[in-house]
Parts: sequence; structure tokens; C-alpha cells
Amino acid sequence: MRAPHTALLSVEHLTMRFGGVIAIDDLSFTAARGEITALIGPNGAGKTTVFNCVTGFYKPSAGRLALTPSGAAAPEDLLALTQSGRRFSETASGEIYLLERMADFEIAQRGRVARTFQNIRLFAGMTALENLIVAQHNALMAASGPGLWGLFGLPSHRARQKAAIETAKYWLEQIDLIGRADDPAGALPYGAQRRLEIARAMCARPALLCLDEPAAGLNPRESAELAALLRAIRDEHAASILLIEHDMSVVMEISDHIVVLDYGEKIADGAPSAIRKDPKVIKAYLGVDDEDEVDLAASGTRA
Amino acid sequence: MSKRCEPPATFAPAPEASPLRDRLRSALIGAAKAAGVALGLAFPLLAYRTETDFSNALVLQERWAAVAAIALAAFVVRLICLLIPGRTKAASSPRRRRAEFAAIVARSRRLISAAGLASLIAFPLVVLVLLGPARSLKWIDSYGIQILIYMTLGWGLNIVVGLAGLLDLGYVAFYAVGAYSYALLSTNFGWSFWASLPIAGLLAALWGVALGFPVLRLRGDYLAIVTLAFGEIIRIVLTNWTDLTNGEAGVSSIPRVSFFGLPFIAGPEGFAAHFGLAYSPIYRVIFLFYLALALALLTNFVTLRLRRMPLGRAWEALREDEIACRSLGINTVAVKLAAFALGALVGGLAGAVFAARQGFVSPSSFTFIESATILAIVVLGGAGSQLGVALAALFIIGGSELLRELDWLQHIVGEGFDPTQYRMLIIGFALIVIMNWKPRGLIANRTPSVFLAEPRLAAPALAEEGRV
Ligand SMILES: Nc1ncnc2c1ncn2[C@@H]1O[C@H](COP(=O)(O)OP(=O)(O)O)[C@@H](O)[C@H]1O
Ligand SMILES: [Mg+2]
Repeated sequence: MRAPHTALLSVEHLTMRFGGVIAIDDLSFTAARGEITALIGPNGAGKTTVFNCVTGFYKPSAGRLALTPSGAAAPEDLLALTQSGRRFSETASGEIYLLERMADFEIAQRGRVARTFQNIRLFAGMTALENLIVAQHNALMAASGPGLWGLFGLPSHRARQKAAIETAKYWLEQIDLIGRADDPAGALPYGAQRRLEIARAMCARPALLCLDEPAAGLNPRESAELAALLRAIRDEHAASILLIEHDMSVVMEISDHIVVLDYGEKIADGAPSAIRKDPKVIKAYLGVDDEDEVDLAASGTRA
Repeated sequence: MSKRCEPPATFAPAPEASPLRDRLRSALIGAAKAAGVALGLAFPLLAYRTETDFSNALVLQERWAAVAAIALAAFVVRLICLLIPGRTKAASSPRRRRAEFAAIVARSRRLISAAGLASLIAFPLVVLVLLGPARSLKWIDSYGIQILIYMTLGWGLNIVVGLAGLLDLGYVAFYAVGAYSYALLSTNFGWSFWASLPIAGLLAALWGVALGFPVLRLRGDYLAIVTLAFGEIIRIVLTNWTDLTNGEAGVSSIPRVSFFGLPFIAGPEGFAAHFGLAYSPIYRVIFLFYLALALALLTNFVTLRLRRMPLGRAWEALREDEIACRSLGINTVAVKLAAFALGALVGGLAGAVFAARQGFVSPSSFTFIESATILAIVVLGGAGSQLGVALAALFIIGGSELLRELDWLQHIVGEGFDPTQYRMLIIGFALIVIMNWKPRGLIANRTPSVFLAEPRLAAPALAEEGRV
């Protein structure tokens, strides 16, 4: 059962400048609820910068990033919130979060946006299990009062802790790492670390999951498993996905919707079948001397 | 001599092969092989020897005893080599040996902790019985209480540096705030130790937060420099705010700690008289020892508990990767401030105990070298490890106290020689040697805070050091 395809994230006129460099120029697109939206483009196109704006690690130079987890907001509500100067509104008619105004941890905590990083950022010295429990920090903190009831071993804290371990176990099974739960994350093989980072993001129960090149460095079998995992996340866990990926076999296979960036500008936006044939996209990719990316047309027809 | 030492079959067949038996058997086989090789070599070299006898004829001399002796020696030496732990073939690689050592430490950590706790509790009584009240005073005070105070400080700083990974070079500031809080509250307002103790802790925690705010965005070296400056500022304020602190001269005649209201004094009002004992300063010192021990144990208990709770895990996650923390919705500002506040609180409480022990505080007790010593305890112990910090406090503080006892060296080196002058030199040299031997501290293995299966230790190379 797929949720109705209403906008979950609306990016409007997003611009990001670093000094004189315009990394993103007036970008607008939407990511729909219950869908996998892929963000593709050559290296340096500005994809990671979009993620950093959405997750609050960068403050956009201009533009609005509206996240509406419980259905598209009425335009007048959105306008009222924008003009009020507040960061979010959580009313009965639905929540609206203006991500460009919120701090990074707030976006994750309130907006329920989780992400992975292009360069894996696990807690390398902590075990796989601990990584997944840290991801449930806010839920656990709420259960242990101001974080201190657990000092005295209160039952509410212990019950929540048990539940957190169960959640972690579930995800460890999903990513096939249950046998290595107690190993330090840094000791896992590369592919396992990529999967663990996705599992960690999922343990935060996100509404929007942002994945920055999750298939980078994976072998074809691992890539296929990843595609299956992402589909399961979309279909069974009510999480929408924003995906940056260079591996076109993965992108074309699982995306519902693709946005193509080149030099910070959107050059195409549509269903995979349309993107595959788009002359502008093919030109942008052929202009780049990278085997992965030249593969676009070929892998597109294969898919 | 010729009898081979093959052990008789005294081992009753066990239902399942025990590791010890397996090991013994393989060692025996290995030793027998060595003996065989020795036999093979000795036979052509030793067994026969040509000699000219008295009639100048060559004769063959048989030397079977020598051959047997060589073979036997080879057998015994090889057997010993194979039986000594870490010398077996399987464990001969350094990596494997280190892993085995880590496993032994992991298994015995509980035991070490329990033994350490028991000896801490027994320490004053044992010293008292062995040395008598007069001579045990120094041991309980300079060694016992002082080591406990530094252990507490080490554990407090361990929260900030070892767990949260925030390098703090000005920790002594909170120690000073705690000490002066008690000193000033008691001398100016007549507050008792027990009433001042929580205030000392709270004021220090407040200063911890005050330090935390401006340095929230700083990490690593930059954070270290600012905290260093903060520590110096507190000391300089204490030196120059003469009206309040009496400046360099310090605050003296700070009331000693009382036994829950009963003062440790001679006379009918005192503790000794109340319990029908002869007056002796030793009671006060013993009480202070247990007070310091209680504070240390409380710090340790809270830290160990917190490590297995969301806040403690967030500290460790912060040490590993702050950006990843924020991406998971962890409010890193709150988490950092909590670390600074709790670390400072512990420092403040330890400071109050220090003031009660000395009866006198002055800014010269809170110089940078104190911060450096506490940091050395944390780093030497293995940032993050409670047991390691305790051992390091024992080693550094106990060791540097022991070096005061080197008067006898004067008889060897000459009259003008003052061994205490070389104390810091020796301690510094020992630190260099130990840090080269164990770059991540005495106990570098991290125990995970939660397990699915059985406890295992994280390889030391993986956990982020309590720096950066
Ligand atoms: N923090 C930053 N400071 C300066 N320039 C940046 C920063 N982050 C990204 N950029 C620039 O923005 C452009 C897009 O980078 P990025 O988003 O990483 O590309 P992609 O992820 O599509 O490969 C690049 O030219 C890069 O140099
Ligand atoms: Mg990128």
C-alpha cells in the first residue's frame, strides 16, 4: 500500500553561494511522500550541497525548504508561517517545518529527516548495536526524564531501553549484520558500514531519509541488495527517500522520480523513463569523463 | 640419565578434551619432536668418538650418555618453551598475543575492581594496625586521601575528556571554585562542611556551563587553548581579588570536617570523648579518607551508570563524530554542556574535600601544573577507562609521593643532594616511557555499553582517542 503522492518536501528557489561560487542556483523540485526521489548529476553538480541545505548543515543563501510530514500544507498556512518568522508550526491540520530556518539537530529531531553521508560517518569505535541505539537518543531521553531517571534504574527507562535494543536488532537483521552486532563499526567491511549507516538513520524513525551515494564502492551483488533494502524501506516503513546516486542501474531500477542537476541548476525532472531519453541529461553525462556516468544510457536501456 | 621423561598415562580420559590437556599433549608432542631432532643430530656428532689409545691405535669410544643428555635437554627446554603462555606456536604473533591479553584483562577487570575496592576500604585500618596511630597519619593523609582526591578529579575530567572527547586544559579552575567556595563560606559565614559541599559543587557546575557556552563551537586544539586560558583567569582572579580571597596569602583556618556535627577535637565536646576514645588526630584523617572514598565511588558509580544511558552514549558518540550526532537529532550543545557541568561538579566537590583536608587554600594550589597532572592521569590511564584512571592516579600521585621518601639516596650521592628536586624529572621520564609502551594509556580497550551476545572489547585502535 503506497501513500497518496503528495509533496513531502518542497524545495523552492533554493540558492547556495560559497563566496563567489554559486553551488546551487534557483533550484526548485518536490519530493513526494512514499516515493524514492533521485537526485543525480555529474560530480560537483551540487547534489551534496542540496542535502546539506535540507538537513540544516548549511544555511541556504536564499529559498524555502518546506517539509510537510502529514500531507501537503494549505498554501495560506504555508504563507502565514513564512511571514510569521517562526521556524515551524505543529497544528492539528498538519505540521509544517521551514528547514532553512531550523538547526540541523532540530530538523532531525522534529522534522524526522535522517541522512547518511557521502564519506561514511559511523561512530567507528562503538559497536554496530551501539550505533543503532545512539540513533534512538531522543526517544530514550524522553523515557528517562531529563536523562537521569535511568541512574536509578527506573522501569520506564528500562522498558524503553529494551524496546530500543529490539529496534536495533530488527534493523541489524534487515541489513544482515546481526552476527556482528557487538563488533566495532569501524571493523566492519566497507559494504557493511554503508548498510549500517542506513540502518542507523532508519532507527531514528525518519519520515524522509536522505542517502548520499549509498551504492558507492559496492559490488554489483551488494548494489542489488541495497536496491531491495531501499524498496523495503519505502514500502514497509513509510519513509520517503531522497537519493543521490551515481550507479544508474540502482537509480533507474528503484526511483519513482528523478531530478537532474548540472552546475547547480536543474536540467531535467521527471519519471525514469523520461529522464533516460532526455537529450540534455545525456549531453551532461557524456560531457563528463567518467565511466559510471557515461553508462547512463546503456544501463537505462538495460533496466 | 638415559631414562626418557615420557610422562606416564596418569591423566584419566576426560569426557571432553580440556584446553589444558590439549595444550599439554601438543607440547609433549612438540618436545618429543625436538628430542628426536636432537637425537638425529647428536648421533653422528656425539655418539662415537675416535681416540688413540695408549698403544697409538684408533679406537671408537661410545658416548650414549651424552647423546641421551642432549636429547633430554632438548626435550625439557622445548617443553618449557611450549608451555609458557604466549610462547605456543598459535599465539606467537604479537597481534594474537595482544588479543589474548585483552581477553584476560576483560575477564579479570571485575576482579581487579573488586580487589581494588576492598583494599581501598581496608587501607586505613591495615595501615593503622601495622604502623600505629602516629606513623600511619602520613600514609592515610598524604597517600590515601590525596590519591583519592586525584582519582576523583581524574574521573571527573574523564567525563569531559575521555567520554565526550573535549580536551580541557583548565580543569583545575573547577577544583579551585569548589575549594574556595567551602573556604569562604565557612570562614565568612560559619557554614559547615556539609552545608557548603553541595554549594561548592553547584557553583563549580555553574562555572562549567559558563565555560561551556563560549567554547561550544570549538574543538581540539582550539578548545584546549581556551580552557587553558579559562583556568588561568580563575587563578588570577583568585590572586587579585584580595578583598574576597585574601590574594596570594590565601584563606587559612578553614574549619576541619566534623563527624556529622561532632568535631574532631580534644576535650569533652569532641568525637573521641563522645565515643570514649583517647583523643588522636587520626580519627579525623580516617573519617576524611572515607569521605573522599565515598565521593570517588559516587563519581565512579554515576559515570558507569551514565555510560549505559542515552546521555553517556551521546557523549561517546560526540567524541566519535559530532556531525553524525547532529544528523541523528542529538542536541550537541546540551550534551556538551552536560559534560562540562558534570565534570565541573565533580571537580568542585573534590575541591571542597581538598580545602577541608588542608585547612588552607591559596591560588598556588591551582596552577596549570595541577590541570596537567589531572589530564596526565586521564591520558595515562586510557581516556575513557575508569579502572585505568584509578590506576594512573595511584601510579602518578602515589609514585610522586613515594619519591619524597628518597632521603636515603643522600647517603649514596652525597649530602647536598635533594632527591625531591628530581621528582618531576623522574615522573616525566616515567610518563614518556609508559606512553611509548602503551600509547593509548594503561587500559586502552573500550567495553561496549550494551551487548547482544557476550562482552567483547573494542580494539584500541578503533575508538577515537579522548582528544580531537
Ligand atoms: N563548504 C563549501 N565551501 C565552498 N564550496 C563548496 C562547499 N561545499 C560545496 N562546495 C562547492 O559546491 C559545488 C558542489 O559541490 P557538491 O555539492 O559536493 O557536489 P556533488 O555532491 O554534486 O558532487 C562544488 O563546486 C564545491 O566545490
Ligand atoms: Mg557529493
